[in-house]
Amino acid sequence: MSAAPAIEATDVSRTYQLDGVSVPALRGVSLTVAPGDYVALVGPSGSGKSTLMHLLGGLDRPTGGRLAIGGREVSSLSAAELAALRNRTIGFVFQAFHLLPRTSAVENVALPLVYRGVGARQRRERAAAMLDRVGLGHRLNHRPNQLSGGEQQRVAIARALVTDPAVLLADEPTGNLDSATGAAVLELLERLNAASGVALVLVTHDHEVAARARRRIAMRDGVVAADSAAPAGERHADAPAAAERPVELHDRPASGGADRPDTLVPAPSAEPRSASGSGPGHPPGGSGGATGATGRLPRPADDRGAAS
Amino acid sequence: MALGALRANRLRSALTMLGVIIGVASVVILVAIGTGTKQQVEQQVEGLGSNLLLVVPGRLDVGAAPAVSPLTLADVDAVVRVVGDRDRVAVTVASGATVRAGGRADFSTVQGVLETTPAVFTRELARGRYLSGSDVDTSRRVAVLGASVARALFPDRDPVGRQITVAGVRFRVIGVFAPLGQSLGVDRDDEVHVPVTAAQRLYGTQRVDGIAVKAPDRERIDELGDRIVAELARRHPGTEFSAVTQEQILGVLGDILGVLTGVLAAIAGISLLVGGVGVSNIMLVSVRERTREIGLRKAVGARPRDIGVQFLLEAVLLTSVGGLTGMALGVGTALLVDALSPIPAAITWWSLALAFGVSAAVGIVFGVVPAQRAGRLDPVVALRAE
Ligand SMILES: Nc1ncnc2c1ncn2[C@@H]1O[C@H](COP(=O)(O)OP(=O)(O)O)[C@@H](O)[C@H]1O
Ligand SMILES: [Mg+2]
Repeated sequence: MSAAPAIEATDVSRTYQLDGVSVPALRGVSLTVAPGDYVALVGPSGSGKSTLMHLLGGLDRPTGGRLAIGGREVSSLSAAELAALRNRTIGFVFQAFHLLPRTSAVENVALPLVYRGVGARQRRERAAAMLDRVGLGHRLNHRPNQLSGGEQQRVAIARALVTDPAVLLADEPTGNLDSATGAAVLELLERLNAASGVALVLVTHDHEVAARARRRIAMRDGVVAADSAAPAGERHADAPAAAERPVELHDRPASGGADRPDTLVPAPSAEPRSASGSGPGHPPGGSGGATGATGRLPRPADDRGAAS
Repeated sequence: MALGALRANRLRSALTMLGVIIGVASVVILVAIGTGTKQQVEQQVEGLGSNLLLVVPGRLDVGAAPAVSPLTLADVDAVVRVVGDRDRVAVTVASGATVRAGGRADFSTVQGVLETTPAVFTRELARGRYLSGSDVDTSRRVAVLGASVARALFPDRDPVGRQITVAGVRFRVIGVFAPLGQSLGVDRDDEVHVPVTAAQRLYGTQRVDGIAVKAPDRERIDELGDRIVAELARRHPGTEFSAVTQEQILGVLGDILGVLTGVLAAIAGISLLVGGVGVSNIMLVSVRERTREIGLRKAVGARPRDIGVQFLLEAVLLTSVGGLTGMALGVGTALLVDALSPIPAAITWWSLALAFGVSAAVGIVFGVVPAQRAGRLDPVVALRAE
């Protein structure tokens, strides 16, 4: 049995009230995110991916079921306690970057530390170090409107990771980027996942990317249509709801069981998280990351190419 | 952090502050004028001389109808006997009259007085001499002119020794007073002193309007006043008299001017309130405009309180900076008014503290609602805004 799950959702549902009409966005979702995991979340638009991400990150509360983040049951927490839990445990990366305008990159990255009570000088040091890790050490005092889209998203990634969270939730992080830049951002996310042991949950429409993930969860109509971890069962045998779900990938005809050979991604597995250094096999990325990523992409894509 | 947001929206911040700036500046200016006027009146009442008792028929009260005086020069003699020193007693019988010289005319207050006036009140002459005892005893038609009257009738000549007419009767100018200035908009130099006996003859009356007594010392002033009032009451059964001191006059005037200052401050306070509503408005706009920022801050761990405090601080900062600017503007304007116009203005530390405190409080009061609204925003909805 592996370490305690970072996030554990049991039969979670979320129903929106829209002008008196109930819109069920999630209808009984169970899943666990293990420390250091790499989960790709796929599914058609409107299937509930973003809703699930908001719940997993404690940005929203389920209307049914149980949800524990960092071992704490969300329903028992006040708004302030939930905010503190988000700050400690979760890092968000959004499609629209959501950087504060007219605010320098280093101040944007330091923002989560403000709410953790870290002093100004240490905030700046840690933010600068984090920007350096995402290859933006030379852009500390640039404003968002002075940065390219890819750079902005890397600032957002640095902001998500500056608090050293257990889970990084990225909802279509490349949706606003061209493919080359998007690939570089994805490579960065994967490298950080491998290097620092932060669990990565990634919403993506890119099959190749999804295939590279350690685990793939397909959503449809507010339920989990397929979970690649379920049949193998080795990591989440203690999560019965996930384990018993039949595997049927709606958007990929490939068989689920063969979906996760461990060779695809260097396995961080359940090792204790280490925040230091860069990942094995990945040189520290500089500004060269953008070009380096495109070179790296074909490798896993070739593997999947045969299947599709 | 709050400062950063304000700086980022400089123009809007400045426009929002304008309401507070104007409000605070008007509080400071109006209170300064009220205070300055009060101080000026106090100085003038004190400048009349020390240990003065004013004896008048009736009761000295705000809104009391002026009584027609039953006093005559015989009563003045009685008062002199009570006081024991004629040099300490002054009288007046006053009326408005047209004063002419050559082709010029001036309508001014003509006062019939005793020769003791400069000793009882503090009055100085610029030229010539004052009335003498024999001028009074013989009803001599001589006059001492106030500075304004002298300027109006004799703009380019020395008035001393020249003829004037008062209500058509000829008088000779024997002296000119040193100028006193204005008081509550009234020109105190617009007066003519003539012997009380001559004035009574001029007006065809035996009365005197009031008697002033300079007490030998402060301790026995009330006792002296009581004795004078008792003597006059004995001589005029059924008539009430009062003897009031400068302190009592100052008290009454102070009350009136205090109310006046309060009313001015309240009027200015209303404009400050209007400024506060502007702040509230702009903060609500700011919350709406920065909804995504609020959502993001919440996503990275800001508690509802953190967001609320941030917006409240912004509102307070806005009104405080506006308050300080308004104070500077108000002080500057008040000093200019004091220096360049006849309106007196005096800056008091309490009006500054009040104006600043109120502007900060306006920020809190009018920032609370927007701040609460910001704090309660649902982060998911907020992030999706726009
Ligand atoms: N705030 C909301 N109010 C009402 N319905 C919503 C709201 N947010 C999402 N939904 C609905 O919930 C469903 C799932 O949405 P979402 O989680 O955004 O899907 P995805 O991210 O997979 O595209 C959709 O039908 C969407 O219209
Ligand atoms: Mg979505």
